Amino acid sequence: MIRLEQIQRDFQVGEQIVHALDHIDLQIEQGEYVSVMGPSGSGKSTLLNLLGLLDRPTAGRYQLNGKEVTEMDEAERARTRNELIGFVFQAFHLIPRLTARENIELPLILSAVEPDLRRQRVDAALAAMNLQDRAEHRPDQLSGGQRQRVAIARATITEPSVLLADEPTGNLDQKSGADVIKTLEKLNDKGITLIVVTHDQQLGKRSQRAIKMLDGRICADNQQTD
Amino acid sequence: MRAVDTQRYAWHSLKGYRARTLLMLLAMTISVASVLLLTALGEGARRYVMGEFTSLGTHMLIVLPGRSETAGAGAGTMMGVTPRDLTLDDARALTRHPKIIRIAPLNVGVAEITWQGRKREISLLGSTREILKLRQWKLAAGTFLPQSQWDRASPVVVIGKNIRDEIFGAHAAVGQWMRIGDQRYRVIGVMASEGRSIGMDVQDIAIVPVASAQSLLNTPSLFRILVETKSREAMIPVKEFIEKTIQQRHHGEKDITVITQDAVIQTFDRILGALTYGVAGIAAISLLVAGILIMNVMLVVVSQRTAEIGLLKALGASQSRILSLILVEALQLSLIGVACGFFIGIIGSWGIRLALPALQAYPPLWAMISSVAVALGTGLLFSLLPARKAAALDPVRALQGH
Repeated sequence: MIRLEQIQRDFQVGEQIVHALDHIDLQIEQGEYVSVMGPSGSGKSTLLNLLGLLDRPTAGRYQLNGKEVTEMDEAERARTRNELIGFVFQAFHLIPRLTARENIELPLILSAVEPDLRRQRVDAALAAMNLQDRAEHRPDQLSGGQRQRVAIARATITEPSVLLADEPTGNLDQKSGADVIKTLEKLNDKGITLIVVTHDQQLGKRSQRAIKMLDGRICADNQQTD
Repeated sequence: MRAVDTQRYAWHSLKGYRARTLLMLLAMTISVASVLLLTALGEGARRYVMGEFTSLGTHMLIVLPGRSETAGAGAGTMMGVTPRDLTLDDARALTRHPKIIRIAPLNVGVAEITWQGRKREISLLGSTREILKLRQWKLAAGTFLPQSQWDRASPVVVIGKNIRDEIFGAHAAVGQWMRIGDQRYRVIGVMASEGRSIGMDVQDIAIVPVASAQSLLNTPSLFRILVETKSREAMIPVKEFIEKTIQQRHHGEKDITVITQDAVIQTFDRILGALTYGVAGIAAISLLVAGILIMNVMLVVVSQRTAEIGLLKALGASQSRILSLILVEALQLSLIGVACGFFIGIIGSWGIRLALPALQAYPPLWAMISSVAVALGTGLLFSLLPARKAAALDPVRALQGH
């Protein structure tokens, strides 16, 4: 469960202070499927970074699964990112010199999982993403859709409770994009909290809950039914 | 993160950026190898010179006129009083001591030699038969000075190889008569070219009996008296004996200096040791330069891999994890560089020994240990800044590639 109370995030731009997030209150239950939309500069990426513990609020409180995130130190936040949060980026962010298998394995390596167990879990993830025959390929040998599926496998390999996707289909063609969305939604069906930041109206309409942002504030927060 | 995985990850990234890895390896290798090679050369030179001195006979004492240190206001140290000459009789007085094996009085000067219209200025050495064994010289042809009374002049000369070549050319030198100054001398021997002497090239001198030299150079005084003792232990009592004997003969004046071969050797040992440390220091600067190069390249690496570092942070790598990843990478690189440099240094000094067998060019142990330690140390130290820079990156901006 995610709970934000009076979250502020200010940036200094020149001599001006920009309120990227302006007193945000937000609660997201475990297993929700949330889309965040809004024009550029509305604060949606800042919100996502903050939810992912990559960024810290200037003021306000953030509770994740009952824990006060704003009080954690750097190492604790890093561990929390590893255990509870998965990221899917528009630009995939795969490490080019590593194979698909090694890329997926990274979060497990960082949390010191034994090699045997790592292999089992990566094999399972590859199978779930339908990438078994791509395991030993490097990113430049994969299609865009395959790359994003490798990235999703990596984001979910530690079985996090929240999956944060920033424009996950932004660099993909229609068909690969649809595949990736289906993959993400399937994960949501199994109980992961899915938060997608997107410009894509079609994509935004698919979520159960649609949050619209403008100038650092939430201007609409609607439950949707298909 | 398990230690094995840290090593593997670092190793992967080294392999992933071949050009810069090789560049840094090269710098590390060259500097470690140069430390080893330069110190090997320095050590080789030191050993060579020590060997040269030892070949003169380590149990040798050199008696020279005059005192090199003040010994109170004795009559001999008064202003304007030159020290008493060292004479042949002084030398003869020393032969009594049982622990002295041989004594060679020495007289040195410059003379002109002439043979069939060819002239040459040479160093003239007056001595006795004993000097041949005392300095371990070898003859190339003929015989050395005959055993005879020290104060008996005789017209015989032994010449160095260069003089033989320049004066006699293709003619056989032994048996020829030539002029030294205005006297005629018969050549009875030629020195071998490998004859060694510090401060004097045996190939360029002519040796005559000491009494002949005294008459040629028109002086009764000796330049040196060389004394060889039975053993190393005998040197100190013999030295005291010499000082006492000469003092008695010179009416109580301490007007001679006795140098032991040991003292000379020690001086050279110190000088050449300092030289080796000096070149090691110069080579160590190249290690420092390699360290700075490593820092630069690692800084470039960090900025090239900003997005990767941001990603690692997003996946749950803490600052200290990033720091250790970069440092392990630098350490691996330094280790390989050191290993290559060490190998090249050892092979290189072996090559020097093959090319110059006289120079026993082995890198000293302290140079081996310290070059390795300094190389690894600079590798780590100079990676600290880039690693800290990487660790401090803001993950959000890093992911955007800033």
